[in-house]
Amino acid sequence: MAAHRSCRPVWLFILCSFSLFIIAGSQETTVAPEQHASVLDNPQTAAETAEQTAGESGGVEERRWEGTEVRDAAAQKQAEPAVLQPTPQPKDDFQEELVVRPLHSGDIYASFQFRTLWETDFMRGNKVSHYRLFPKSLGQVISKFSVRELHISFTQGYWRTMQWGQPYLPSPPGAELWVWFQDSVTDVDATWKELTNVLSGIFCASLNFIDSTNTVQPSASFKPLGIGNVTDHRFLRYATLPREIVCTENLTPWKKLLPCGSKAGLAVLLKSEKLFHSSFHSQAVHIRPVCQDWQCKTTSWELRQTLNVVFDLHNSGQGKREWSLFKMFSRTLTEACPLASSSKIYIDITDNPEGEQFELSPATSLLSQAMVLGDRRTFSVYDLTQQDTFGSVRSLNLLIRWKSTEGDMLRPLLHAERYVAGYGLQTGEIHTLMYNHHPYRSFPVLQLDSVPWYLRLYIHTLTVTSKGKDNKPSYIHYQPSKDRVRPHLLEMLVQLPPNSVTEVTVQFERALLKWTEYTPDPNHGFYVGSSVISSLVPSTVAMDTNSTRERPLFSSFFPCKEESSYFVRVYTEPLLVNLPTPDFSMPYNVICLTCTVVAVGYGSLYNLLTRSFQIEEPSPGLAKRIANVIRKMRGVPPL
Amino acid sequence: MFLSERRRGQLAALSIAAVVIIVGVPLWWRTTETYRAWLPVSQIKELAKLQLQLSADVEAVFARGTVTPEQQKKVPLTQTQEEERAIDEDTALRYRYETRYRTATIMEEDALNQPSAAEADLSLHTLSESPCGSLVVYVIPESSSLLPEDVNVYIGQRRTALLRIGPQMRVGKTLEQLLAHLEPRIRQVLQVMSFSHNDITAALSDRVRFSPDNKESIADNMRAFKSSPGYEITFSLLNPDPKSHRLHWDIEGAVQTYIQPLLTKLSPVANFSIDSQTLYYAMLGVNPRFDTSRSAYTLNADSLAHVINPVEARLGSNAASSNPVLNFLLYVPDAQHSPLYIQGRKKQEVPSNAFHSPRWGGIMVYNVNGFYGSEPEFPVDININMAKVMGVFLAQLRLLLGVQSSTPPPGFLVARCGSTGLADWELDRLMWSRSVENVATATTTITSLAQLLDQIGNIVINDNIAQQVSSAVTSLQLAVAELEAGNLGFALQYSKEAILASEKAFFDPSLLHLLYFPDDQKFAIYIPLFLPMCVPILLSLLKIVSEARQRRREKQAKKD
Repeated sequence: MAAHRSCRPVWLFILCSFSLFIIAGSQETTVAPEQHASVLDNPQTAAETAEQTAGESGGVEERRWEGTEVRDAAAQKQAEPAVLQPTPQPKDDFQEELVVRPLHSGDIYASFQFRTLWETDFMRGNKVSHYRLFPKSLGQVISKFSVRELHISFTQGYWRTMQWGQPYLPSPPGAELWVWFQDSVTDVDATWKELTNVLSGIFCASLNFIDSTNTVQPSASFKPLGIGNVTDHRFLRYATLPREIVCTENLTPWKKLLPCGSKAGLAVLLKSEKLFHSSFHSQAVHIRPVCQDWQCKTTSWELRQTLNVVFDLHNSGQGKREWSLFKMFSRTLTEACPLASSSKIYIDITDNPEGEQFELSPATSLLSQAMVLGDRRTFSVYDLTQQDTFGSVRSLNLLIRWKSTEGDMLRPLLHAERYVAGYGLQTGEIHTLMYNHHPYRSFPVLQLDSVPWYLRLYIHTLTVTSKGKDNKPSYIHYQPSKDRVRPHLLEMLVQLPPNSVTEVTVQFERALLKWTEYTPDPNHGFYVGSSVISSLVPSTVAMDTNSTRERPLFSSFFPCKEESSYFVRVYTEPLLVNLPTPDFSMPYNVICLTCTVVAVGYGSLYNLLTRSFQIEEPSPGLAKRIANVIRKMRGVPPL
Repeated sequence: MFLSERRRGQLAALSIAAVVIIVGVPLWWRTTETYRAWLPVSQIKELAKLQLQLSADVEAVFARGTVTPEQQKKVPLTQTQEEERAIDEDTALRYRYETRYRTATIMEEDALNQPSAAEADLSLHTLSESPCGSLVVYVIPESSSLLPEDVNVYIGQRRTALLRIGPQMRVGKTLEQLLAHLEPRIRQVLQVMSFSHNDITAALSDRVRFSPDNKESIADNMRAFKSSPGYEITFSLLNPDPKSHRLHWDIEGAVQTYIQPLLTKLSPVANFSIDSQTLYYAMLGVNPRFDTSRSAYTLNADSLAHVINPVEARLGSNAASSNPVLNFLLYVPDAQHSPLYIQGRKKQEVPSNAFHSPRWGGIMVYNVNGFYGSEPEFPVDININMAKVMGVFLAQLRLLLGVQSSTPPPGFLVARCGSTGLADWELDRLMWSRSVENVATATTTITSLAQLLDQIGNIVINDNIAQQVSSAVTSLQLAVAELEAGNLGFALQYSKEAILASEKAFFDPSLLHLLYFPDDQKFAIYIPLFLPMCVPILLSLLKIVSEARQRRREKQAKKD
């Protein structure tokens, strides 16, 4: 019995080591079949390479350049016109702009905006399209996928509203994409899928991970920003990838869309090693149709490329509070983009009317006022199209030198934050806090939450409280999730009482995923996209409602319908939620263990069935055996 | 008692072995099987051995004064010739020329009496339109004034040719002699106007490896784009210096005037889409050298290969389709490096100042320093002369699309192509070689797919792939049959369908699922189950066999 017991672990050990050995051996050998397969996979490329080598060995270069002979010189015969014809008025226009806002936290906020306007119709029947300033790749995307509006942003870092105030263009961490399609599109989902794949190629981003499980159709939060009154949200798709890492490979294709590239104008400042060494970086592309004149007789397409960056001053200033273009971007400006009709730098000097906070050099006499985010701001303007801006050294290096660190910031009126509460890996609770800092006005906000299906929201536990009292949302749009098909969508219109905090909580249960659905690093957690809070916030000054008047670009993105309020969109933090994570070597362990158990059970059964049993003489005892040995030595017959 | 116990054990072992073999193994086999739809393997194997037959119909029309009345009585008659060429062990070509001889009708006679060959060509065309792929050769008398002195053959813009009957053909020879004399000359016309063996073998280059003995022909073959159902044509204006040049090009009008007629004509061959863009600050990759003797900058032919690389990154591929892109760049050198000329390999200047790269596109350098005037004030407004530019691009486009403009044999006069930029017979030539190329490509794709699926046994073959493969095979068979029948238009159509279906099947993502575990890995997983189960069964079976053998031996010994 003892022998039998000791035999089992040995048997197990032999089995395991044997199978391990086989696996190790097989892993070494797997490489060869794969290579084989890859060669087989694409016989065309194989053939091509073979062709190339054949060509090379024959002395033919890979790419053979030849001078072109023109046989039919009929076309050539026309004499070159000696007199210049009157040049046609281009139908496109390009503007560039940089806004610099010294922040109260001591950081510097720089916002680049590049706008291309083109009076054309992408939806025309004929396929011929001729691009001048507008990038061809985006134009083709618009016409192929019948896009009416496209907004895409890539953001690294989180915008800290309470320290920095409102940004000119808000964006959530990671990638965000929302698209309005033309109402001629029949299969919106298929078009959306194809569009995300194409965009992911254009911007070198993982937008191809956008699928039905993270796409929603908001009913109220994302209205078209351009002209057109189609508001049927069947043609709207919204998706975020909060996990997307933004880096140089996204910046380079973004810069390529600019007419001047990064060769001239403000874009020379966009050096990736400096831009990504910052607290916040966000780049975006917005395409929409806009009115050309106030009567909206002609429409044109607007491509707005924006790049927002917050530099940490203390990080790079070596103790001195000083900021300059060269220090931040390691470049100075020498010229405007020659294609730009306007090229300006705005420095926000509202908090510094007398120059007591900081000193700006070179000084400029040009001042401009603009209504931005419900406030009247004053800016120093540097017009790069004017030669004298650059002075005698032919280069512009803006310098801000702080004199005092005092000054307080106007608290942003609307602010929101979010966190996950609860313990354990089964249930949890999402808390969203919305702050209304307005002293006496209440205003409504639209909250949009898109939660992945693997957090199963218990919508009956949804509570909205402000100032300790229940706050009943006046509009709730909820679309429950379907496992592995679509996420939860929750939209609410909530009235925020003055000077209050409104708390929205909802409980959820964490789902168990299939083992192939986990990310490669499942213990990092799963991201839940920011919740989006859109609102018309009461303004202290009269806003400019004329959308076609000449205004700085940064103040003209969101259309303003009424004078008394302005549109604000606030994104909360994305959430990082842990899901119950299995041990991923488990499947193999389970296979091995089950097989062994089966084998052992089977073995004993087999033994029992096939062994023949017979009675054996009990063997003599130890004393008797020893006695027998001694008797043998003595020559006496054994007992 | 003892024996029966042994017997029982043996029976138990045998029955367990039987259960494992009869139930266990099939169960395991069925549950781990991959789905593989049926493929027409035998038909694919047939296609792998490609027997192409090309049929060309030629109508030879005798004008008045070329045949005697008694000869005339014997026509119309039809002659058929076949020629067989083996390309390699798997590919064989057969050309079938069917020549129908007849005499000209009265209206054709009238048409042939026009003062010039071009007018005769036009009026013959209005009389009857010959179908795609066929030819009409008019045999005209020696004394005819239609052709200049030293010209024997006139090739028109459509599918007609005028052939001067040879001087030695005096009246009085028999019709057989006359036909024997005409036949090689008609063959020659046919090779210019529809297909020649060289074209067809070039089109087969996808299937057949050529020995690299003739590099010129390889270079010629590699110049044109591969056959594809569609092409994207992109015109890019490169302005490296927008500070000094404000360039205006009327690309929209130029495309309408020069390019669109050609593409409309080519629409049976492929779909084309055209766009244009302007790229600023696009520099060439090579610094041109200053040539003091000419006070101009020059680009060497050897450095041309490096010119494009930095520009190419900005050209951008078409986001909306996967068709091959033909790039045509118009480069306006910056004010500091102008004028800029391209030097050929033999140090001579290229008169068009343009060059092209095989299967990529063309680039033209457009010097604008002539527009500066005496005191240039930058930026200078410049209107680009599109007629000049498009003349070059059109020539490049013809080359890259494979519209062969091989030099005709001596004594041939080829009519200048008209407004469309492409004669009907040139289109036919292109269609012949494109059909053959498509058939060759599609068969290669389908056979390699079949081979791949055959070699990797656990690729899942879904029904849609099987369907695509079958439809590709059907289209291929149809295309081959239509080529045999001489219906060029249908042949091209079917061959395009075949290529589309075969590519769709070949690049189907379902073939790439990560389901292919090598067999040794799979067995490593199974070993913990298989080994302890099979070892006792095998051992006891062996024991039973050996015991049975021993018993038989004992029995034999007993008998003895």
